[in-house]
Amino acid sequence: MKAMGAIIVRDLRLGLRQGGDLLTLVLFFVIVGVLMPFAVGPDRPLLAQLAPAVIWVAALLAQLLFNERLFRGDFDDGSLAVFRHATIPLEMVVAAKLVAHWLLTGLPLIAAMPILALMLGLDGQGFWLAVCSLALGTPALAAFGAIGAAVTVGLKRGGLVAPVLVLPLSLPVLIFGAGAFDLARLGGSSQALLLLGALSLLSVTLAPFAAALALRISGE
Amino acid sequence: MINEGLSRMPETGLGVSALALSRGGRDILAGLSFSLEAGTALMLRGPNGAGKSTLLMALAGLLNPDAGQIDHAGIDPEAPKYGHLHYVAHAPATKSGLSVAENLKFWVDLLAGTPVDIEAALSEAGLGDLGSIDAGLLSAGQTRRLALARLIAIRRPLWLLDEPTSALDTAGAAWVGALISNHLRQGGLAVIATHLDIAVDGNVKTLALGGQIQ
Amino acid sequence: MVQTQPKPAEPGWFTRIAHPGMFMGWSRHLVLPLSVVTALAFAVGLYFTFFASPADYQMGDTVRMMYVHVPSAWLSQFCYAVMFCSAIGTLVWRHPMADVSQKAAVPLGAAFTALALFTGSMWGRPTWGTFWEWDGRMTSTLVLLFIYLGLIALWRAFDDQLKAARIVAVLTLVGAINIPIIKFSVDWWQTLHQPASVFRTDGPTVDGSILVPLLVMTLAFSLLFLTLHLVRMRTEITKRRIRSLELAQARAGEGA
Repeated sequence: MKAMGAIIVRDLRLGLRQGGDLLTLVLFFVIVGVLMPFAVGPDRPLLAQLAPAVIWVAALLAQLLFNERLFRGDFDDGSLAVFRHATIPLEMVVAAKLVAHWLLTGLPLIAAMPILALMLGLDGQGFWLAVCSLALGTPALAAFGAIGAAVTVGLKRGGLVAPVLVLPLSLPVLIFGAGAFDLARLGGSSQALLLLGALSLLSVTLAPFAAALALRISGE
Repeated sequence: MINEGLSRMPETGLGVSALALSRGGRDILAGLSFSLEAGTALMLRGPNGAGKSTLLMALAGLLNPDAGQIDHAGIDPEAPKYGHLHYVAHAPATKSGLSVAENLKFWVDLLAGTPVDIEAALSEAGLGDLGSIDAGLLSAGQTRRLALARLIAIRRPLWLLDEPTSALDTAGAAWVGALISNHLRQGGLAVIATHLDIAVDGNVKTLALGGQIQ
Repeated sequence: MVQTQPKPAEPGWFTRIAHPGMFMGWSRHLVLPLSVVTALAFAVGLYFTFFASPADYQMGDTVRMMYVHVPSAWLSQFCYAVMFCSAIGTLVWRHPMADVSQKAAVPLGAAFTALALFTGSMWGRPTWGTFWEWDGRMTSTLVLLFIYLGLIALWRAFDDQLKAARIVAVLTLVGAINIPIIKFSVDWWQTLHQPASVFRTDGPTVDGSILVPLLVMTLAFSLLFLTLHLVRMRTEITKRRIRSLELAQARAGEGA
């Protein structure tokens, strides 16, 4: 437990101190989100209707950008080898890193979402729905991203292949996340949110096993 | 020395029989056997590509052998599987962005169950007044000292060291020798891959690994 | 006492069947007969398709597309099952034949999935009016194609093919868990946006005169897959042998 806490603290420290990344993440998210009005035209009702989709796609792409940093640094500088000799199994190390990764890449997106909500004309109910769906869905995105990162960690050009692998896996997250808004129009979005939450729970629980296995193989 | 006066390490041994290793589809070693008792150091010598690093990786549990067996004797079966060894390779595993002390504290939290005097360990390693500076600002030699500091801070019986004196000057190399000698005196084991001679007091064996196996 | 586990020894009968050298030996005799049987099966199937099965009252002759579409769709999934079993072989036993089987199956899976999409699109055109419709089944098939193509990209990104096989195996297993989830989510998405069911891609109710040609074509396609898979495995083993020989030659040459 103490070891897991130490890993989370360390990753957070590294992430926050080399703070340029946090700004880049939020900036990328907002810029992608803002591309839509430029592409579609300033038609407010249309934008409001597209807003959930835009927010989700922007969140997905922003997460993709930062997945590589999860394991690449540790792989290159030999920290992964030290992790293998820790007092906790590698799966728990990965789980701890996943928590830190979500805090660094999921939480900022949720915090930055209001900006997009404002610019895309999302109404009050939509706003809270966006917060909930991002909160429930970004852990799943982080989990799938972790699998993609672990599988490509040893590759020189791994950063190019990983998105292609992660996106099909992340499709259900996008469907449920954006689907929550469509359901809201019909009366109840709780089904989508429940499915989203279940998916996050499942992926966060299973991803460390797959990622740890891939990391072991890559480390040989 | 920080660990002087502490009780001896748990009695452990290392045995290797008919070991065959390959990496990336290329055969590196075959038919290797040796055994090591507590208080002994094994120096691995040989040209580049002979398999020194590969052997250390296999001993560290990072690489599965193609054939043969590696026995780590005397280990508590309840303990974490590789919790009895230190593996220090070329890559120092230090993080710039964290201070020197934070780096060492992280390893202590990760690898040791018990609290450790970080300051004392850093002084041992010759990094006494550098505790609060960013590890990214250290010279190559100082980084090496930090990487080796975890050997001092966290007590584990088996040391697997890959070129521990790299980037260190003569004084540094002598310090490494003293570190290993002290470890052997307390009943520890070490397997060290090295190009250069390291002066170690105690029971030292040498294993020369040949060129690549065809 | 901690022991590092070496690769476990394969059981005897398994080795006899599956050792690469022995595999090359016995598979050589299978290629020609299999090809002939496949061609025969296709001949019979195509005869049934064009001459001996009725046209659909609604869709006319285009229903015959089903005889290619349904088998390819089925095979695209069967292929993944083969990859899944091979992946387990790679990870649990590190069997070299499992590696080869995985690698051989991936492009075939991609090809059958693409064929299923293409024929589905062609078949749908007269009925839907467009070449593409966001039908639940077609969409899931599209995502499956992306997964296959992603796996191909991953294979190619590795220099070390042995490591590649194990990493791809991990992803194959992850995909196996994910694919049902993706299917479910796509169907859910479909019902969300188009409550009225649009198009049943398995065509009209299956009756005798349609069932037989369908089964024959499915058999023909399965035999095709088997033949191609076998040939690809042989090719892959040969490629690896050439590579080892080249490697040995290079090492014999250097520093001599």
